[in-house]
Amino acid sequence: MDIAFLSQTMATLIKAVPTTLLLFSLSVFFGGLLALLIVWMRVSGNPLLSGFARGYIFVFRGSPLLIQMFLVFYGLGQFGVIRYSFLWPFLREPMVCAVLSLALCTAGYSAEIFRAGLRAVPTREIEAARAIGMSGFLLVRRILAPVAFRHALPAYSTEIVLMMKSTALASLVTVWEVTGVAQRLISQTYRTMEVFLCAALIYLVLNFLILQALALLEYALSKHRRAPSAAAGPLPR
Amino acid sequence: MSGPPRLSVRNIRKSFGTHEVLKGISLEARDGDVISLLGASGSGKSTFLRCINLLEIATEGEIFVDGEEIRMVKKGGHNQPASQKQVDHIRSELGMVFQSFNLWSHMTILQNVIEGPVHVLKRPRAECIAEAEALLEKVGIVDKRHAYPAHLSGGQQQRAAIARALAMKPKAMLFDEPTSALDPELVGEVLRVMRALAEEGMTMLVVTHEMSFARNVSNRVVFMREGVVDSAGAPQDMFGSGASPAFRQFIGHFGQA
Repeated sequence: MDIAFLSQTMATLIKAVPTTLLLFSLSVFFGGLLALLIVWMRVSGNPLLSGFARGYIFVFRGSPLLIQMFLVFYGLGQFGVIRYSFLWPFLREPMVCAVLSLALCTAGYSAEIFRAGLRAVPTREIEAARAIGMSGFLLVRRILAPVAFRHALPAYSTEIVLMMKSTALASLVTVWEVTGVAQRLISQTYRTMEVFLCAALIYLVLNFLILQALALLEYALSKHRRAPSAAAGPLPR
Repeated sequence: MSGPPRLSVRNIRKSFGTHEVLKGISLEARDGDVISLLGASGSGKSTFLRCINLLEIATEGEIFVDGEEIRMVKKGGHNQPASQKQVDHIRSELGMVFQSFNLWSHMTILQNVIEGPVHVLKRPRAECIAEAEALLEKVGIVDKRHAYPAHLSGGQQQRAAIARALAMKPKAMLFDEPTSALDPELVGEVLRVMRALAEEGMTMLVVTHEMSFARNVSNRVVFMREGVVDSAGAPQDMFGSGASPAFRQFIGHFGQA
């Protein structure tokens, strides 16, 4: 085993981790926001809005992310409206294109996950909130969202991990994140095995950390489902 | 007695599709009244209670809380409240206790009790906590204030739900079969709390199957049958010689006639 080569490769790849993390965090953030909008449209009861949301979810869940990314990166520039608009300086950047397509895609999945969470909120608890005088945003903020989020968290954790892995696709639209840098190293050294193993190890470590954080969050938010002793500590008598 | 009645409901009708559940029910509750609503299941008593705080929207009829009429409009042939704001306000003035407690499972008992005062009434948190602890003391579960609903017995949960409703300082309380989901040995602790409330002068509307409560605690008994008020009156009359044949038959099922 060529320890020197491996450590050198690792060092080079680690320098690309910030780019991967930036891709990941921006797309999870904007994708999450967009998902909230889509799920709001989906459950709004307005046939036009919910129809749009259904269509959106179908398109972005039903087609390959790679093709979506290519369409954004190579496709958008073909439209004069976009090419000559104020948006072009942004949309011409590979990073922006990658974040945009990752966010658009995850929003479709996340919206469905959030919707499942909403449906799991017990009607009784919603009724109790209404009976006390809550409605509209207050009801969403205090009861619907917190309960729905708890129900959605396990499935949403999976989606977040998938997003971390999907950032690798950004290498194909020339973003120099971990996988992109790995491919460049391979084309220079022809040592596929070592370089990709190093890259895989980096993703494993990142996902391990993310899953640990999410598991902690889930633990903290599920006190009410655990045995009393573990939940509240010794109860004052 | 002076002033408007705490609660006045006039000619409430409610249909689900073509099935008319309530066929014109009127009821008035004055300050301190404790009214027991009795009736076989399907007689519409729970639906009637839920119409009062608009968890169900009556197809027809008028509702006044402390003299304030709930404004309704016709929308697409259906009755609808004119203002959600007014509905929220009216609901915040009427404490509701449900058959299956309906506590918010992700909040502790104390958080359940202060939720309304803090977030609906927007009162200072510290004040609400102090009041909530006093209320929980009163219903006998202050030692459980940091526990979650799932860790309490049914009777304790229902007492917590009563404390949650009381924390809003309601003008009247609506009880929808508060002891029906409880094991028999837990019914007593909830009834004791309700009796204490009645003795303090709380205006209460209670849908119940507890004949002893109807007879001994309430000052008026309303017997509903097939969507109408079959008979109503003071408990001593209702349970005495003045009972209608239908009511006599109904209480016969409870072995108390």
